[in-house]
Amino acid sequence: MNDISTAPGAPSPASTQEVVRLTDVTRRFGATPALDGISLTVHRGEILGIIGRSGAGKSTLIRCLNGLERADTGRIEIEGRDITGLAEQDLQPMRRRIGMIFQHFNLLSAKTVEENVALPLKIEGLGKTERLKRAGELLELVGLADKAKAYPSALSGGQKQRVGIARALAAKPALLLSDEATSALDPETTRAILTLLKDINHKLGLTILFVTHEMEVVRSVADRVAVIDAGRIVEEGPVWSVFSDPRQPITQSLLEGIRPQLPEHILQRLSPTSGTEAIISVDVSGPAAQGAVFNDLSTALPNSYRLVHGGIDHIQNQPVARFFIAVPTHDPALAGNVQQFLKARSARVEVLGYDTDHA
Amino acid sequence: MTPIMLELLGRSIWETLVMTMASGVISLVVGLPLGLAMVATGKGGIAEQRWINSILGALINGFRSVPFIILLVALIPLTRLIVGTALGTTAAIVPLAIAAIPYYARIAEVSLRDVDHGLIDAVRAMGGNRWTIVREVLVPEALPGLVAGFTVTLITLIGASAMAGAIGAGGLGDLAIRYGYQRFETSVMVAVVAVLIVIVCAMQWAGDRLVARLDHR
Repeated sequence: MNDISTAPGAPSPASTQEVVRLTDVTRRFGATPALDGISLTVHRGEILGIIGRSGAGKSTLIRCLNGLERADTGRIEIEGRDITGLAEQDLQPMRRRIGMIFQHFNLLSAKTVEENVALPLKIEGLGKTERLKRAGELLELVGLADKAKAYPSALSGGQKQRVGIARALAAKPALLLSDEATSALDPETTRAILTLLKDINHKLGLTILFVTHEMEVVRSVADRVAVIDAGRIVEEGPVWSVFSDPRQPITQSLLEGIRPQLPEHILQRLSPTSGTEAIISVDVSGPAAQGAVFNDLSTALPNSYRLVHGGIDHIQNQPVARFFIAVPTHDPALAGNVQQFLKARSARVEVLGYDTDHA
Repeated sequence: MTPIMLELLGRSIWETLVMTMASGVISLVVGLPLGLAMVATGKGGIAEQRWINSILGALINGFRSVPFIILLVALIPLTRLIVGTALGTTAAIVPLAIAAIPYYARIAEVSLRDVDHGLIDAVRAMGGNRWTIVREVLVPEALPGLVAGFTVTLITLIGASAMAGAIGAGGLGDLAIRYGYQRFETSVMVAVVAVLIVIVCAMQWAGDRLVARLDHR
């Protein structure tokens, strides 16, 4: 494969590290603010996932980045250049630096797969043989070299999105935007597409910004995550750290299906004041979770607890553990000692309540 | 039928085809850009200009609401200006085309408006300008509908051309009225209707075939 690197058109030195910088961006539709003061930075080579419920402003945000949607106020800088004031004609060359993939693929049905992939190059003014040659290379990259002459209607959803990705990469963009690119795909195809995106990020060093409503997508590909709610970024950080310690209710609720939760029947019989066992949640992640925390606890305080529920996940090669333990209350000091021991090991502990019946 | 009648029938077929095809081509050449302009200037269009859109829409509606037989007569001065005469087959092409232009413009508008807005977004996101959107998205994606609509327009024009006998344009409709109806020559009437059925079926068949070949959705 020759030269599918990111484009020339060297960015100014000041912006080499920042591909996107948003400063206090707002956008309203009528009286409702879709974006309500968004500030965000995307660094070169990273994958940033923006997650939120539908209607949180995700799509508006991503569409503002290439000017498909206009911001009302604030600055949007792409590779150091403010695009907020640009006229439609001046946005066009800038858009060639940004590839975009869509939930519904948006392939042109009247064009073959290779013509679809070659279209950005046609817009750039490249000759026919050259652009079809490059389209061929890109189709090979996404594993669809044999479908070059097919029409999109003959492809499956996953294949269509691969074509969408090849097309988005055709003009050697500095940034790839993904607007719910896997939301219309089944779980298996989603994994394959995410693997491809991660590969492209590694191979080409391409910066990727995606929006999604699925935590699983963030978990498997993003380096950093930003949670958007009602047009504001409410939480932001490395994926493993946000997953291990979600601060905002919205983040916790988005993570519900993906982190261990206290089983419903136990939750329902919890009493806030008294019972035979204290139910305690234990969150430990990163370097602190590398050691044998529970093993040590058993040694230091024998018979002090039993495991109720939980598990260890690995995100960005970091262990993220979340357990629920039950500590007997017959010895009043025990629960306190257990908590103290775990806190000393950098775990976050919280007494959720007391269980009266563990039969 | 006598050889003379056969010759008359042949000439009438030719006249009908000339009127239909010529006015059809003109309606395509003028009506398609008009339909594009309606979609482009409409709400959420690629060149939104609401007042231009309203003016164009009113103009199209105005011409479409005039009955063809009245348009035929009302346009006599314009026809004379363009063709030099107000009578005959060539003269009939002017009112036929002017009736068909707004008709096809509306049909084209419907097909063009049906193009998924996401496709326009995709090409805008690539850095395409309006002309690119028209050339690479709107027209190719709407092409099956545009062709199907053109078939409908042509067949409607065959019907309208029957009235053109009123200004001496000849054609199959005129033949049927003057010989089949007014002179009670039933065989002429039957022959004309048979020929019209064959022409309409052939056009529809050819149109459908073309649409099937163009449609990759």
